[in-house]
Amino acid sequence: MYAPQQNNVTQTLIKLDKLCKSYHLDDANGKTMSTQVLFDVALNIQQGEFVAIMGHSGSGKSTLMNILGCLDTPTSGSYWLAERNVAALSNDELAYIRNRHIGFVFQGFNLLKRMTALDNVATPLLYAGINRSNSRQRALEQLQRTGLEKFAMHHPNQLSGGQQQRVAISRALINQPSLLLADEPTGNLDSQTSREIMTLFEQLNQQQGLTIVLVTHEEDIAAYAKRLIRLKDGVVVYDENHNVMNKPSPTQ
Amino acid sequence: MNLFAIIGEALRALRLNRLRTGLTMLGMIIGVAAVVLMLSIGQGAQTKINQSIASMGSNLFLVVPGATSSGGLSFGSGSIKTLTISDAQAIAELHSVSATGPVISGTAQLSFSAKNWSTVITGTTPNYFDVGNWEFESGTAFTESDLRSGARVVVLGAITAENLFGTVDPIGKTMRITNRPFLVVGVLTAKGQSLSGRDQDDNVFIPITTSERQITGNQFPGSIRYMLVQGQSAETMDEAENEIIQLLRQRHRISDGMENDFTVRNLTAIANVATGAAKIMSIVLGAIASVSLLVGGIGIMNIMLVSVTERTREIGIRMAIGANRRAILTQFLLEAMMICIMGGLIGVLLGIGGAWLVSEIADMLIVITSGMIGLAFFFASAVGIFFGFYPAQKAASLKPVDALRYE
Ligand SMILES: Nc1ncnc2c1ncn2[C@@H]1O[C@H](COP(=O)(O)OP(=O)(O)OP(=O)(O)O)[C@@H](O)[C@H]1O
Ligand SMILES: [Mg+2]
Repeated sequence: MYAPQQNNVTQTLIKLDKLCKSYHLDDANGKTMSTQVLFDVALNIQQGEFVAIMGHSGSGKSTLMNILGCLDTPTSGSYWLAERNVAALSNDELAYIRNRHIGFVFQGFNLLKRMTALDNVATPLLYAGINRSNSRQRALEQLQRTGLEKFAMHHPNQLSGGQQQRVAISRALINQPSLLLADEPTGNLDSQTSREIMTLFEQLNQQQGLTIVLVTHEEDIAAYAKRLIRLKDGVVVYDENHNVMNKPSPTQ
Repeated sequence: MNLFAIIGEALRALRLNRLRTGLTMLGMIIGVAAVVLMLSIGQGAQTKINQSIASMGSNLFLVVPGATSSGGLSFGSGSIKTLTISDAQAIAELHSVSATGPVISGTAQLSFSAKNWSTVITGTTPNYFDVGNWEFESGTAFTESDLRSGARVVVLGAITAENLFGTVDPIGKTMRITNRPFLVVGVLTAKGQSLSGRDQDDNVFIPITTSERQITGNQFPGSIRYMLVQGQSAETMDEAENEIIQLLRQRHRISDGMENDFTVRNLTAIANVATGAAKIMSIVLGAIASVSLLVGGIGIMNIMLVSVTERTREIGIRMAIGANRRAILTQFLLEAMMICIMGGLIGVLLGIGGAWLVSEIADMLIVITSGMIGLAFFFASAVGIFFGFYPAQKAASLKPVDALRYE
């Protein structure tokens, strides 16, 4: 079902329809206040796309990403992931999807502090039921691909921000997901390291056809993507498909 | 996720917090050790009482002079002289009674070669040894003819024999009791303590006639200090008690409405009460120890709750990379159970060590059974599951997004 389709017709990977999200907060008087963050978001993302989402702080980008990543549920509207209605899935099925089909990269890396880089990368495999020695072997190969094998036995606090983020990306990719979600992946990194990370994303998208959705505040980071979506106060105000062929390469 | 991997994760978490794990485990260790120790003390007391009862002989009555209302068992006073040897002979004739053993007693100075020893001397009849369930290590009891003739023959208790003769075989030797020569005819097998805690093995037995005439003397000839009466069977004990009372009232010419001048006690019934008391004591001790196990369990729950709160973000990350609720639940439950099982193991060892120490220092009988250890261990695991489940459940039911956002 999630295996990349081999035919020429591009498959819709993500389909959002009238998606709304409200948060309920109890105020000091015990009354429940409700604030709506996303308003009737409708969105289609095809397999193999590389999408950047931009918008002011508080516009609902992270909220949208959490819903896309099956970490949170919408208040109303529907979310179809690879033609399955996410609202109808059980907790275990959602965990399975997060494990096998989605890779998540965070602004703050979110590595497990008390584990080595190697074990961090291997953990999703453990949850996939693969034994520890096989998991470690595969994790090491994944780290080699990102040039981090030297740091396999380092703990996160012994790594630079860029190295930590690359470990986190390795972890997100270890189960060969079809969708990579990145919420401000370069937000904590300098411009040089940011460029390295974005080049890596670009390669993954172009060479492996990995679908990538990333959130950023910086126009030059967004320029790596092939499609730009702008959010304003929870509403999609701009959605432009760059022409793939005519897209100027940011590295030039 | 396979179980081995989860066990690994749980062990890793416990190792990372060694001090906390150790302190939590300490609660469990103390609880389990206390349970093992208390149960073994209780079981020891019960076993000891059972041994004393077994050594006492079955279907026994104790008949002492004096009314019941004059203050319980008064066979130390020696002031009341209403029971006689012929009373004992008459009771032995009853259908419901198989034998009697009348006793007069005093203390006497014993000597053999250069050794001296002072102990209790019991004048009685040959039946006494059967009634009192005594076994002979060597030799035999004195005989009816010894009794009739007032012969100077003696049967030694195990400790008296050891103290006086050491390695020498006492049978056939002549020893002195208050300076009169006596021939040793038998040595008894050791019995240990009686129900009332008296040592029963430092004792010498001579024919009651010999004692009365030559050793203890008797202000009122023929009177005795007490007698043991053995009933015919357990079923006829009540009947026997009534017959003994009727016979003695008749013999002592006590008119209707007057108080008995003797007291009949059913020792078997007393023994049953003692057994019951020991059982209750075991239960109470066990219950008290269980409280500490409970406290240990609450300690575990407390620590696990803190741990869940502290590691909320970690739980969120694990969920984001694919941990389902069962994996999170299992990991936290296993952490709690490992504390309990390791604590339980150490606690059992400590409890056994403590029991051994108590038996050495306080000279108490301690009995440890595999059932007891199993019980303590079972309770430790149960406490782990019970008190570990709530925090684990709490961790597993977190929403991934909320857990991730937790600071
Ligand atoms: N758990 C929550 N409870 C209540 N309100 C929330 C919660 N999470 C987010 N919000 C609100 O939702 C709105 C959107 O938040 P969101 O994190 O999606 O913004 P964002 O676009 O990612 O901003 P930034 O660029 O600063 O990361 C904000 O106004 C925020 O206050
Ligand atoms: Mg955000």
